[in-house]
Amino acid sequence: MSQATKSTEPVIRGSRFQRKPTWRNRIEAMIPKFLFLLASLSVLTTIGIIFTLLLETAAFFQEVSLIHFITEKEWTALFSGDQQKFGILPLVTGTLLVTVIAALVAIPLGMGSAIFLSEYAPESLRRILKPLLEILAGIPTIVYGFFALTFVTPFLRNFIPDLGIFNALSASIVVGVMIIPMIASLSEDAMTAVPKGIREAAYALGATRLETAIRVVVPAAFSGIIASIVLAISRAIGETMIVTIAAGATPNLTFNPTETIQTMTAYIVQAARGDISFGTIEYKSIYAVGMTLFLFTFVMNLLAQWITSRFKEEYE
Amino acid sequence: MKLEDALNLSTQLEKRKVNHASVSWRRWKNRLAYLLFLLATLSGVVLLGVLIFDVISTGWKWLSPDFFHNFASRLPDRSGIKAALWGSIWVMAVTAPLTFVLGVATAIYLEEYAKKSWWSRFIQLNISNLAGVPSIVYGILGLTLFVRQLALGESVLAGGLTMTLLILPIVIVASREAIASVPASLKYASRAMGATRWQTIQKVVLPYAFPGILTGNILAISRAVGETAPLIMIGAVTYIAFTPSSVMDAFTVLPIQIYSWISMPQEVFHELAAAGIIVLLAFLLTMNGIAVYLRNRFQRKLR
Repeated sequence: MSQATKSTEPVIRGSRFQRKPTWRNRIEAMIPKFLFLLASLSVLTTIGIIFTLLLETAAFFQEVSLIHFITEKEWTALFSGDQQKFGILPLVTGTLLVTVIAALVAIPLGMGSAIFLSEYAPESLRRILKPLLEILAGIPTIVYGFFALTFVTPFLRNFIPDLGIFNALSASIVVGVMIIPMIASLSEDAMTAVPKGIREAAYALGATRLETAIRVVVPAAFSGIIASIVLAISRAIGETMIVTIAAGATPNLTFNPTETIQTMTAYIVQAARGDISFGTIEYKSIYAVGMTLFLFTFVMNLLAQWITSRFKEEYE
Repeated sequence: MKLEDALNLSTQLEKRKVNHASVSWRRWKNRLAYLLFLLATLSGVVLLGVLIFDVISTGWKWLSPDFFHNFASRLPDRSGIKAALWGSIWVMAVTAPLTFVLGVATAIYLEEYAKKSWWSRFIQLNISNLAGVPSIVYGILGLTLFVRQLALGESVLAGGLTMTLLILPIVIVASREAIASVPASLKYASRAMGATRWQTIQKVVLPYAFPGILTGNILAISRAVGETAPLIMIGAVTYIAFTPSSVMDAFTVLPIQIYSWISMPQEVFHELAAAGIIVLLAFLLTMNGIAVYLRNRFQRKLR
């Protein structure tokens, strides 16, 4: 750091340009170091997250074996005594079930919106639609949860009469709605970054807008689009309030979306709300589940970053 | 590469016998696609409309002055959001200045001072990863670090600090974009006049970037106002019938009050939840409106 500063601010010995050690110059030299310390706080946050999760997770695995954690098919951590079982599988399948349905809802709608906004919409329409999608992105998840429980579930019951009050389906659909704006706006950014000349070449050759969009623009923006989808899926995995409110609190090893389930995030909330005391196995299980959740999202985020840097399209 | 795609397409089009029927078929497909893409876009907008209509029609009748003056209660008629509203304001009063200082400082460091060293690249990678960490994990960190290790208890301060860590990545990214948009020529001019690095940042870079920084901060704060999960983790779900008078007091916030009402089985509490959501959405919309207004106003002044 100090070396770098020296090279850009040459000090000519004995000349009148030499920095005198006045208080102002001392402050000037202090500032980058001070800012550097504040900037390092974000690294400390990461270390804090990993360290707190690891510490209690390690304590958890002293009481529950890792094999048991991965292979056992029941999660009854908040039961008492002998009935406690710590198999993460039902929580993981619950999370995956929600994520898959959410992706099935969000990818077509989000991509459709992105293509419409970047390839079809006239500027006047775009200027109305984009802010509306941004509002959709800014709605708190607690509101989505309310919507899932009090509107979507009763609505779906018209078609599926034996749907429970708490079910994976309506929670997943609403999680999907929540991530639509994310896919739409990030994919649209990637598609607008494709140079106009390439599009015009396609038009000049007689291609329709659809052919240009699907065969020229989407392939050109592919890395950005995939990265947006991966990020949105990572958001769906970590989504908490919608699934806590609408999907129920029963860890359930099932792939039937009409049943009640529990996700990893919903379990953490349920455990934190209950009266569990510090140091108990129930308390430690929060961290073990939190660690699993963190690993899932961390891998997804790294994947998104790798895709963007590895397959980035450079235009001259 | 891209040009090749276009050329490939053209040869494919040539190979096909371009007669009248196939052209109209392609045009028809294009029209159909237009309709489908439009529907996809509108579906988001329509859902937004349905959501807002559902909330307002359910909760409208509970919005009265009493709703703002009363604490939460077992009796729906006497229930209100006084504790939650003040709790939200207190948490924001802790979070807003902290995120502003830390976020802008980090952004200045990364944009103006940091060399392309492995450490600054590492900080950047780290920030984009932090932005993707689920909010509930921040809640676990807040519970462990602030509530237990630093023994702040289930206090406004613990909540505010947790929220600060949560929205810091958003503020940093927005502030960096604002600072990066300052034209280099302005900075060179300032340095050429003999101003030091810090003087240039203070007098040229920050004033120019200020509207962008402010907008980013307000949007991040409004995200924090709507967050529920991290504050549940640090224990803000308990029944609170007072407004905080210091940062060490217990508290509840609007989203958590709404959550408690949603968790009640009785229908009438769901209506109260809807009323709380109306207040929350109105608050967020106002903040976003202010952000947009400030951005437009300052931009006009500067250019």
